Amino acid sequence: MSQQPQSLSIVNKVDSPADEALIAARKARYSPGKSTNALGRYLWPVSALVLLLLVNLFMDASFFSISYQDGRLYGSLIDILNRSAPVALLAIGMSVVIATGGIDLSVGAVMAIAGAVCAGMLVGGNYSLFTVICAGLTVGIVAGLVNGGLVSFLGIQPIVATLLLMVAGRGVAQLINQGQIVTFQSDAFAFIGIGAFLGLPFPVWLVLITLLLSQLLLRRTALGLFIEAVGCNASASRYLGINDKGVKLFVYGLTGFCAAIAGMIATADIQGADGNNTGLWLELDAILAVVIGGAALSGGRFSLVLSVVGALIIQTLSTTIILSGLPAKFNLLIKASVVLIVLLLQSDVFRQHAQSVLKGLKGGKA
Amino acid sequence: MSTRYLPLYVTGALLSLLFGLGAIQFDGFGSMRVVLNLFSDNAFLMITAIGMTLVIISGGIDLSVGSVIALSGVLCGLLIGEYGWHPLAAFALILPLATLFGAIMGMWIHVYKLQPFIVTLAGMFFARGLATMLSEESIAIDHPFYDAVADFGFSLPGNAWLGTSTLLLLLVLVVAVLVMHYSRFGAYVYALGGNHQSAELMGVPVAKATIGIYATSSFLAALAGIVFTFYTFSGYALTAVGTELDAIAAVVIGGTLLTGGSGFVVGTILGVLMMGVIQTYIIFDGSLSSWWTKIVIGLLLFFFIVLQKLLNRGRVQHA
Repeated sequence: MSQQPQSLSIVNKVDSPADEALIAARKARYSPGKSTNALGRYLWPVSALVLLLLVNLFMDASFFSISYQDGRLYGSLIDILNRSAPVALLAIGMSVVIATGGIDLSVGAVMAIAGAVCAGMLVGGNYSLFTVICAGLTVGIVAGLVNGGLVSFLGIQPIVATLLLMVAGRGVAQLINQGQIVTFQSDAFAFIGIGAFLGLPFPVWLVLITLLLSQLLLRRTALGLFIEAVGCNASASRYLGINDKGVKLFVYGLTGFCAAIAGMIATADIQGADGNNTGLWLELDAILAVVIGGAALSGGRFSLVLSVVGALIIQTLSTTIILSGLPAKFNLLIKASVVLIVLLLQSDVFRQHAQSVLKGLKGGKA
Repeated sequence: MSTRYLPLYVTGALLSLLFGLGAIQFDGFGSMRVVLNLFSDNAFLMITAIGMTLVIISGGIDLSVGSVIALSGVLCGLLIGEYGWHPLAAFALILPLATLFGAIMGMWIHVYKLQPFIVTLAGMFFARGLATMLSEESIAIDHPFYDAVADFGFSLPGNAWLGTSTLLLLLVLVVAVLVMHYSRFGAYVYALGGNHQSAELMGVPVAKATIGIYATSSFLAALAGIVFTFYTFSGYALTAVGTELDAIAAVVIGGTLLTGGSGFVVGTILGVLMMGVIQTYIIFDGSLSSWWTKIVIGLLLFFFIVLQKLLNRGRVQHA
């Protein structure tokens, strides 16, 4: 019904908004003049990460040292990579959702559901590892598709649609195992969380593989551009012939998939599933990682690599706080301050203010 | 019948239905005592949700309220429990501070054109971080004033008790209803949520209104934090985690449009009562597990969001 008036006006509208979307999407990615080109975009987050790492090195000279023992690497850097894996996975999915102008608050709850399903199957029945993993991934994708369906077909605001699963999902996760914290004995499944392959912890491999596959899928096909176009202007991209509903459905499905992997890592890590606490508040860290990576919450351009860098920054920050000897209770406050600074730097108004102040300073000197 | 009131009627009808069901099934469910306990147990959530209603009607969202409740509680604990201030003096410091906190968030949202969602998310981290920094442990509050507060109240028939928290809530409710429907500020709130641009063109002082809205929300959250210390006699940095979600859920179940522009404070009270009745029902039943609360609230939320969607579609067609 709601489509009709729009398709009537397609004749005189088809030019401007459609072009606008494509141009905006292209501009967002390829604009040469502004600092939105690749180098400028990577400069800030990457140098922030390097700076943080250097601060750590300054406080602890052995920070960069990595040792090899019993077939795996040990060291602070490896530790940061390993610990940031769940958030990095969530951030990969979240950056695609945010690129369409959406948000997914339910990823923490989806982690809990996927973990609960896997743990329940490992304890309850004689399933092969392959079946268990497939079940976990399927549950994640289904949860994501539910979100996507609410957003694209019922037209519910993303923040609200995913709030539903955020609230109800924890209940579902508890329901699966009747409110018990299920622990299991499975070395094979535990490998997902604590194993090592070619020296690196297995979660790090999972992040790398997911990143590589998503990057291929999104950048070697037109899908990435479609996603950015939908994020810039959903109705305009529809006039272009992009199936915007399908695109939205896909991104939420992808996020659910990533959340399921993260949930399995968290579950395998402790060899148990706790419906109440698995992935609690990780959705916020994931959103934070994407924002630190420089993506605008209003949608448009995205970079999976930068979001992963954002996740690394968050983890390095926590490590820095511990190393600096500040009590862990400062953790949240510092994190909040970082968010505030990043937000300010992203605001056009603030940039203009800052620029005029800088100009004033230069003028004063000259 | 105006579609404006329809969600309110639906919530009211569902609430009476569920309450009636409980009253028929269980002895003692349909008593004055249960009703008043619903109010006194949920007073802090209701006060918070009233603030959230304002924010959501104006088209925004405030994720920081849970943390502000905790921060306010911890400050109460510190000032009264540790430094021996008189509670009233502590409240007189905490409430303006919280209002300032909200005003700053509102200013960021307005001046820097940032999304309310992310600004209040940062505010949420900040307030919780501040609370944790001030004290990681629960601080006991032991003061004659708190005993007096606990003892104050009126006995009602049916072994029911109308306590300070409920009275305070009723006062907030009355003021909120008056402000929303009979004051200029209330009209600004509805206008901003209806259409931000038209509101600006019509001469709504957007800056003042936005700052005022978030300041009010934080003020009410801090008040809720104080009310919370009335039950617990302590302040703890990890209290009220997730209360922002409960408050948002209550606002939606109470019939306020999440896109802004339409809704009622009274509806939000019905929303909290609805969630409270579900919990009470599950407790009375005894065989249902607590996680059903979350699932049922999720389903209710879904139902109301779809209902809003349908009503909205109707409105567009009429226009």
